[in-house]
Amino acid sequence: MVLALLLLCAFFSAVTYSEQHLSGVAAADQLATAIIKQFGPGARVLIAARDQPEDAAFAERLRQRLTSAGASVTEVVKGEPKDARAALQRAADSQSKLDAIAGTEATRGWLVFAELAKDFPSLGNPVLVQPRSYRWPNFLKRENLLNITNQIAVIAILAVGMTVVIIAGGIDLSVGSLIALAAVAACLLIRDFAGGANAAAFGLTLSCLAAIAGSGAVGAFTGAVITRFLVPPFVVTLGVMLMASGGAYLLAQGQSVYQVPDSFIWLGRGANLFGVPNAVVLMLTLYVAAHVMMSRTRLGRYLYAVGGNLEAARLSGVPVKRVQLFAYTLSGLLAGLGGIVMASQLKSGSPTYGQMYELYVIAAVVVGGTSLSGGEGKIFGTLIGAFIIAVIQNGMNLMNVESYTQKVVLGLVILAAVLLDKLKQGGWRGGRAPNGTQSA
Amino acid sequence: MPLLQMIGIEKSFPGVRALTGVNLTLAAGEVLALVGENGAGKSTLMKVLGGAVEPDAGGIRINGDEVRIESPLGARRLGIAMIYQEFNLVPALSARENIFLGQETTRGGFIAHDEERRRATELLARIGLDFDPEIPCRRLSVAQQQGVEIAKALSLNARILVLDEPSAALTTREVERLFAIIRQLQTHGLGIIYIGHRLEEIFEIADRVMVMRDGANVGERAIANFTRAQLIEMMVGRELKDEFPKRTATIGEPRLVVKGLRRGSAVRDVSFMVHRGEIVALAGLVGAGRTEVARLLFGADARDAGEIKLDGRSLELRSPRDAIAAGIGLLTEDRKQQGLVLAHSVRENFGLPNLDRLSRGGFLRLANEREEFARYTSAMRIKISDGEQRARNLSGGNQQKVVIAKWLARNCEVLIFDEPTRGVDVGAKYEIYVLMNELAAQGKAILTISSDLPEVLGVADRILVMHEGRVTGELANARAATQEQIMELAVA
Repeated sequence: MVLALLLLCAFFSAVTYSEQHLSGVAAADQLATAIIKQFGPGARVLIAARDQPEDAAFAERLRQRLTSAGASVTEVVKGEPKDARAALQRAADSQSKLDAIAGTEATRGWLVFAELAKDFPSLGNPVLVQPRSYRWPNFLKRENLLNITNQIAVIAILAVGMTVVIIAGGIDLSVGSLIALAAVAACLLIRDFAGGANAAAFGLTLSCLAAIAGSGAVGAFTGAVITRFLVPPFVVTLGVMLMASGGAYLLAQGQSVYQVPDSFIWLGRGANLFGVPNAVVLMLTLYVAAHVMMSRTRLGRYLYAVGGNLEAARLSGVPVKRVQLFAYTLSGLLAGLGGIVMASQLKSGSPTYGQMYELYVIAAVVVGGTSLSGGEGKIFGTLIGAFIIAVIQNGMNLMNVESYTQKVVLGLVILAAVLLDKLKQGGWRGGRAPNGTQSA
Repeated sequence: MPLLQMIGIEKSFPGVRALTGVNLTLAAGEVLALVGENGAGKSTLMKVLGGAVEPDAGGIRINGDEVRIESPLGARRLGIAMIYQEFNLVPALSARENIFLGQETTRGGFIAHDEERRRATELLARIGLDFDPEIPCRRLSVAQQQGVEIAKALSLNARILVLDEPSAALTTREVERLFAIIRQLQTHGLGIIYIGHRLEEIFEIADRVMVMRDGANVGERAIANFTRAQLIEMMVGRELKDEFPKRTATIGEPRLVVKGLRRGSAVRDVSFMVHRGEIVALAGLVGAGRTEVARLLFGADARDAGEIKLDGRSLELRSPRDAIAAGIGLLTEDRKQQGLVLAHSVRENFGLPNLDRLSRGGFLRLANEREEFARYTSAMRIKISDGEQRARNLSGGNQQKVVIAKWLARNCEVLIFDEPTRGVDVGAKYEIYVLMNELAAQGKAILTISSDLPEVLGVADRILVMHEGRVTGELANARAATQEQIMELAVA
C-alpha cells in the first residue's frame, strides 16, 4: 500500500511538474541579491508590484533590502500599469536615470515596460528584472501537501475508530451522521450557553467536549444494542445513522449555526507547531495512540481476537461484549471529534456535514488493507489508505479533472485495492479451499 | 445384477488413510445398514458416492455400467440422492419451492405454481405425508423437513437414497413413520443405504449390514445372521496395542461436583464428580449430550438447573470468563471454530487466555509472552517454524498442542478435554495422553470426552456413559471395562 501511495505521488508529481515563481519575501530576498550583484551598491531601482498583500510584502522587503545594501529605490509602485506609467513619467521628468525596474512575474509583462527605450529615452534604458523562476511539481509544493493532509484529517480521524470496529468484526455506518450531529451540537452549545461570537476559550472547550461525549454516548448505545440483542451491526448502525442525521437537522432546525467566535477556527485552521496544521497534529497523535493500543495492549489483542474468531475468543475468557461495546463507543467519540474539527475548519455547524463520509471512511480502511471480515488489519494501513484517497482527489483537482470523473476513478481505485488484497491472500478464487480434513 | 457396486475405493487425506480399498454392493429394493465407529470412514465413502470427494482409486458401477461421479450434480443426474443430518433446505422457502429448487416447473418462463403444488402434494402423499406444501420449511417439524428432503429426492427420480443418521433428531413415533416411508420406497425398487448408530433400529429396518472400521469393510452379512453382540464386537473389535502410557492414579478427595445439571433436552439431570488426580471419561455417541455438559461446566451455555461445585465452593458461571477465573479450562471439540483464531499467530493464540498475567496496566509484556510460549513450545515439542506462524498452517496435532499449551499456562484446576485426539496422528496422541496423566498426577481433576472407545478405556480411571442427555451408566473401574459394555450403555 505504501508503494501504491508513493507511485501515485510520483505520478501526480510528474504530471504537475511546471514553472514555479518565487513570491513575497523569499522572492524579494533573491531579487535584491541579484540586483546588487548585477548593478553594484549604487543601483537606482524602481519597484513595480500589484496592489495585493503578497506583492506588497515583496515590494516592501525588496525596498528594505536594496536600501540597506546602498542602492536607491526611486519609487515603489503598488497598483496597475497606469500607476507604473505615471511613476516612469515622474522619473523621466525629474531627469533621473534608472538601472533596473524590479517587478514580479505578473508586472514584468505589463505593456508599459515593453518599449522603455522608445517611450522614456531619458531613463537610460533600465533593465527589467524579476525573481528567478524554477521548475517544481505543483503537487509537491509545501502548501499543497499541507492542504492534502488538512483536507483528509476529518476522514482520517474517523477512520481510526472505523478500523478498530472493523478489526473487531463489525461495521459502523453512523459516523458520517455523527459528524453533523456533533458539529451542530457544539455550535449550538457555543451559541446558546458559551456566549456565541464572544465565547471564551473555556466555554468553547467545554461545548466541544460535551458534543464529543454526546457522540460517544450514541456510539455506546449502538454497541449496547448490537451486543445485547445480537442484531447485525450493519442494521443497527444504519438505523443510528438515520437517527443521528435527522437529529442534527432537528437540533439546528435545518439551518447552519455560525454564531461562533473567531478563536473557534484554532483547531481546524490553526497551525501552531512548525506550521503544521493543528488538525494534522491531532490526527497523527491519534494514529500513534491507536497503533500503540492495537499492538501493545491487552485491549488491542482482544479486539483482534473478537474479530478473528468470536467464539474462540469467548471460550478463551475474552469479555467479548465489553470489547465490542468499547469499539463502537470509540468510533462514536472519534466521529464526534471529527465533527468538531470540521465545524472548526468551516467555522460553523451544519446538519449537512459529513454526508457520505462513512463510505469514504470505510474505503480508507479497506484500501488500507483491513479485512472486512474482521481480525486483520493495521492502524497505519488505514492512514495510508486515507492518504491514497486524498492524493487521488487532490491530484485530479490539480489536473483539472472534473468531479464526476473523480468519483469514477476513486471507485475504481477502491475496487483495485480490494482485488489486489485478494490476490495477495492467494488467488482470485478468494476462499481458501478446505484442506481435506477427514470427517467420517 | 446389483443396483450399485463400489469396488476397491481408496482415499487418503494428508496424514490419514480414510479408505483402504472398500467394496460395497447394494441391490434394488434393499436396505443396507452401514455401521462403524466415528471415524471409520462411512461418511467419506458416502461422500465419494455423492460426488463430494474424489477417490484416489476404485470404481463405481450402476446397474453394471461403469460411471464417473465428478460432482454432487453428477451424482444427482445418476439418481443418487443424499440426505444428511443437517438438511439442505432453504428455511425461508416453502416445501414446494424447496422440492423444486433448481428444477422449477415453468410455463413460458414463469413458475407454474399450480402444477408444482399438485406434484408436491403427490410426492408428499407417496411417502405418507399430508401437509400444505406452501408452508415455509422453517415452520415444519424435523420429521416433516426430512420428508421434504425425501420428496425432493423422489422428484429427481432417485434410484439410490443415502440416509445419514436420519433418526438422530427424531422422536420414537417419528422414527416409526420414517421406517414406514423407507419400507414403501423399498417396494418402489429404490436401494437405500442407512447410516446409523442405534442398533435396535438397524435390526428393525436393515436387510443387510456392512461394518466399517479404520477405512475398511470388516464384515458384511444379512441382518438375520448377526447377533447384537457380534455386531458390537465387529464394530469396535480392534486389538489394543501399546497406544497408551502406563497409568498409576492416586485419587484423592472430590474436586468437581456436579448435581442435577439440566439444559433443555440436551442435558437431563446429569450428576457426577471428579476427584483429585482422577481422569474421568464421558463416553457415548455423538449427540448424546457430552459436549453440552462440558459447555455448561465451562459457562459457555447457561444451565436451566443444577449445581456445579469446585473444592466445595458453588460456582455461578455466567460466562467462560467466570469459569476460567474459577480455574476451569475447556479444550473444545472443534479446534478450528472454537479453539483457535486461525488467522492469528500461534503465540497470540497461546497468550489469549493468559493476558491477565502477561500484561501490566493494560500493556502487553510481549517479551514475557514470547519467552513463556517458547518454553511451552519446547517442553511440549510443538513443531512450528516460529511463534509468528499462523495457527491455520499447523497440523491438527500441533494445533491441539497449542490449545493445550494455552490452558496449561493458565494452570487450571479442572481441565475438560473434548475429543482431545480428533484429527491428531498417533505419535501426537501418545504425547497428549502423557500430558493428561501428568496433569492428573499434579492433583488436577480431568474430564475427557471421547468417541474413540480404546482411548476411553486406555486413558480414563472411571467412565460415565451418556445417552440422550442422561448418564445411563458408570463403569467405576475403567481398567476392567470393555468396549462392548460401553456400547451397550451408549445405545441403551
